[in-house]
Amino acid sequence: MLEEIGKTEEGDLIINIGPQHPSTHGVLHLVITLNGETVKKVEPHLGYIHRSIEKMSESLSYRQFIYATSRMDYLSSHINNHGCALCVEQGLEVEIPERAQVIRVLMGELTRIASHVLWWGALAMDVGAITPFFHAFRERELLNDLMEETCGARLTMNYMVPGGVMFDLHPNFQRRVHEFISMFKSKIGEYDELVTNNAIFINRMKGVGYISREDAISYGCSGPVARASGVSCDIRKLYPYDIYGKVQLEEVLDDGGDCYARYIVRMKEMQQSLSVIEQLIDNIPSGDHMAKTKAVLKLPKGEYYSRVETARGEFGVYIVSEGKMTPYRIKYRSPGFSNLSAIDHMARGQKIGDLVAIMGSLDLVIPDIDR
Amino acid sequence: MTNKNPDPFPGQVHDSPGGGILVSTLDDVIGWARSNSLWPLVFGTSCCAIEMMSTASAKYDWSRFGFEVARATPRQADVIIIAGTIVNKMAPVLKRLYDQMADPKYVIAMGACATSGGPFFYNTYSVVKGADHVIPVDVYVAGCPPRPEALLHALLTLQKKVRQGGKREKITIDKFWEQPTS
Repeated sequence: MLEEIGKTEEGDLIINIGPQHPSTHGVLHLVITLNGETVKKVEPHLGYIHRSIEKMSESLSYRQFIYATSRMDYLSSHINNHGCALCVEQGLEVEIPERAQVIRVLMGELTRIASHVLWWGALAMDVGAITPFFHAFRERELLNDLMEETCGARLTMNYMVPGGVMFDLHPNFQRRVHEFISMFKSKIGEYDELVTNNAIFINRMKGVGYISREDAISYGCSGPVARASGVSCDIRKLYPYDIYGKVQLEEVLDDGGDCYARYIVRMKEMQQSLSVIEQLIDNIPSGDHMAKTKAVLKLPKGEYYSRVETARGEFGVYIVSEGKMTPYRIKYRSPGFSNLSAIDHMARGQKIGDLVAIMGSLDLVIPDIDR
Repeated sequence: MTNKNPDPFPGQVHDSPGGGILVSTLDDVIGWARSNSLWPLVFGTSCCAIEMMSTASAKYDWSRFGFEVARATPRQADVIIIAGTIVNKMAPVLKRLYDQMADPKYVIAMGACATSGGPFFYNTYSVVKGADHVIPVDVYVAGCPPRPEALLHALLTLQKKVRQGGKREKITIDKFWEQPTS
């Protein structure tokens, strides 16, 4: 650290944000070089919540390792579980019942809404508005109750298993999803009134944290961050998994590249998720919710990779199998890590107050980055 | 008239001309005052932080018990809710945060990770197996993550402990000769 300070030019100030700071949404540590109020360099320091999940997974069986992934990106735990389940199924070569596929997609889209709603409240809180946070959690609680009925957990579900889903849907599920859809549609207008069209909010977000299409690609950004720069990267559309190939899905793109564009993309994605749920909720096919699998899963020797679109971007699972009960190596490609790497590019030349807005618009989940 | 409040103000008012005289002990009054305005530190490392936010928001609303003033700086906080896993790199930071808090300070270990390492107990090289290896913990909450109700119960338990001067059970001399003998 002393060396770094020695290297800076005269008049530069180095400050630390985090690891304990409310706007980093966790335990991220940023070392920021400032010239006056202008950010010259942002250097993220990771590892404050590195729980060695990848190493740990090497000693767990193919059914067990999935639970740890719902603690990585805990806001899209269903989708993380989904990615792992897909990867194991790739090796097992089992046919997933259609009912299970629909349930998985439904749960994934509900999770996406819950995640985006929480991001919306947290972003508004980062730029100085407290009320949206309470609005966001009002809607999120309904989703949590809905999940709890079927999956038995509010946050870390572990619901998707190799071969399908662990339990069948609760009898109340369809009714409650319908209730949620009608309720949430009326609330989205409220969100726009409260935040989207707010002059102060627009001033804080527009033109801040710009990243071009080329840079977004070269930094490996994915999800809403890349789509806000015009990069077409929705895995659900490009490499459809489960039932997504049969669902009407328009990829949400924006070419603004700034914080406001990222905001708009996520707001539109919530509506898009609603439409996917509406398409599927009345057409859940009957049948089994789980394919028949062996009691002890063993993947044939080889390498397997699968990817899913979480609320933050592309989540990849890479498994190397030696043909044993446990994987030889597991590597996760988490969307937050690549999106965070672009923060230096986005924040250079901006004011330090805008850095908080940029971090909020990236929607970082730190355990997802550190794993 | 019976008092419905389960934790009333500790003391008795004796009527006297022009008002009344309050009889209490200073320890009881201080404990009562402290317990009803515990300010938590905004400290969340992982998943439990989301459930902590749920507890703070409208449905569960911890402000009913005097916890709503969540502070971002440890210097203004009374209670630190360890919401999430503590890893080796974070442990010195947690210790420092605890040292920066002004006395009296209290600690709640929320969830399995902060209690014992939880799901990350085995086969990991980086997780501290319980936050009580780093700082003293007053109340433990089970769950992964605990439900908001569980956190609320922990907060109420902490209040009870604070009211009793930081002791788990209040030590009183049982005046058996004053008890009815029936």
